[in-house]
Amino acid sequence: MDFSTFLQQLVNGISLGSMYALIAIGYTMVYGTLRLINFAHGDIMMVGAFFVYLASSMGLPFPLAVLAGITGSVLVGIMTDKIAYKPLREAPKISLLITAIGISFFLENLFNVLFGGVPKAFPAPEYLTTSFKLGEVILPLMVIVIPIVTVLILGGVLWVLYKTKYGMAIRALAFDIPTVKLMGVNADYIISIVFGLGSALAAVGGIFYAISYPSIDPLMGIIVGLKAFAAAVLGGIGSVTGAVLGGFILGFTEIFVVAMFPDLGGYKDAFAFFFLIFVLLLRPTGIMGEDLDRGRF
Amino acid sequence: MSKTTLKIQDITMQFGGITAIDNLSFEVKEGQIYGLIGPNGAGKTTIFNIITGNYQPTKGDIIFQDKTITGTKPNLVVQKGIARTFQNIRLFKSMSVLDNILIGFHNRSHYSYLEAIFRLPRYFTQEKKIKAEAMAILDEFSLTEFVNHKATDLSYGNQRKVEIARAIATKPSLLLLDEPAAGMNPSETEDLSTIIHKIKKDFNLSILLIEHDMKFVNNMCDLVTVLDYGEKIFDGKPADAIVDEKVITAYLGDFTHA
Repeated sequence: MDFSTFLQQLVNGISLGSMYALIAIGYTMVYGTLRLINFAHGDIMMVGAFFVYLASSMGLPFPLAVLAGITGSVLVGIMTDKIAYKPLREAPKISLLITAIGISFFLENLFNVLFGGVPKAFPAPEYLTTSFKLGEVILPLMVIVIPIVTVLILGGVLWVLYKTKYGMAIRALAFDIPTVKLMGVNADYIISIVFGLGSALAAVGGIFYAISYPSIDPLMGIIVGLKAFAAAVLGGIGSVTGAVLGGFILGFTEIFVVAMFPDLGGYKDAFAFFFLIFVLLLRPTGIMGEDLDRGRF
Repeated sequence: MSKTTLKIQDITMQFGGITAIDNLSFEVKEGQIYGLIGPNGAGKTTIFNIITGNYQPTKGDIIFQDKTITGTKPNLVVQKGIARTFQNIRLFKSMSVLDNILIGFHNRSHYSYLEAIFRLPRYFTQEKKIKAEAMAILDEFSLTEFVNHKATDLSYGNQRKVEIARAIATKPSLLLLDEPAAGMNPSETEDLSTIIHKIKKDFNLSILLIEHDMKFVNNMCDLVTVLDYGEKIFDGKPADAIVDEKVITAYLGDFTHA
């Protein structure tokens, strides 16, 4: 591999990793507060992309459609919690997990019925799909935009978590929900914030994904969601910085495996999970993960 | 006599067929330190859980500052001015001491999430204000040097103090202490009595406490109620409780064999 190919793959890796990172943050935050692996989270990303598609097919300009897409997924995310997870707060965790899988199937099939299973062209505006040449390297604009937006969002999330009363409450929920209530905190409201925030990030990830691979279908969230989940576990589930780190590592691995062994391109998904298993064998709590008693964020 | 802060009125609590509390009534007046004592399993912590809204009593009412609060959700009970600590320490372990206190200010820092996201001036003034107040509370407990330590890294006695400080941060007028002196050595216990008297005065509190250490109770409480198997067996001054025959058989019974 010559240097320019290397650079090319590097930016691709950063960009793919960013998308995984954005979605992984939602997994890790919900796990941190509720100890729930929210398998419907990957589908929230699909919901975001579809809402953008819907809004722009109704004639909204792209930026407004993006806003509608994010708002739509935030609402769907909060509703899944209120309708499906909230009645199960005191139930065994396994019931929550099974419910999450159910919600995932429900969303996939709902959108299949509403929009049909045929992939749709994503209405990305031309100014976002341009590329430019830097020496030998061809850079699609999104490859630059995605990491920048991701880093800004990560900064924002960390700021909310560590510098505001909402973040304080989110971090405290990870330890002991009844005690947080006894501090006068409306725990259900805070949990809604967690779902809302996670869903907004998933929607942004979904929109990026849809712009980069310009078609969407109701099942697009499954494999991306699973890989983002793998990224969250790799980074140490419960840790936001870990999730981002895991996302980047997974993105790089995937891109470089394909670049270095083009023959094995078809195995790239398998390789991502193989890598996950390998890391977990060495470090079961993930890269940034601490033991269960300790802090989560 | 001064006003009634908390009135427990004919409370009965049944778990299935077991009666944990049987028709219990007592009153805590403003500014009092009131003790709730009794052997293990007598139903003391159950009363706390009923007051803070964690349990809904089978029968009876909790009246706080002349308003019935029976069945109010825990987070709303706190907002009305009742705070508590726990028998086994329940701090947010790997958060800093300061963060543990700041949680208590959640409802007293008045900014919305929009103001937080856009970092409007009110966010900064409010954050600054509550940080200063939190530091003042920590100073009251002589914990200033541990502000940035993780809660778990503190000594047992200091963790107990942080828990009380965290409760104070919610600005209660009634403080419920569940065995505050449990597991403390005699000098820590003495230190704790001084602090409780001091915060009672400085923060204008009424205090209801559960305790086993009779010397501590005698030292602290204006009045006590003694429970045994969910029933009230004594009501009055702690000095009289120690010599009451019923109390001795139920609770201090071991003394005759000692």
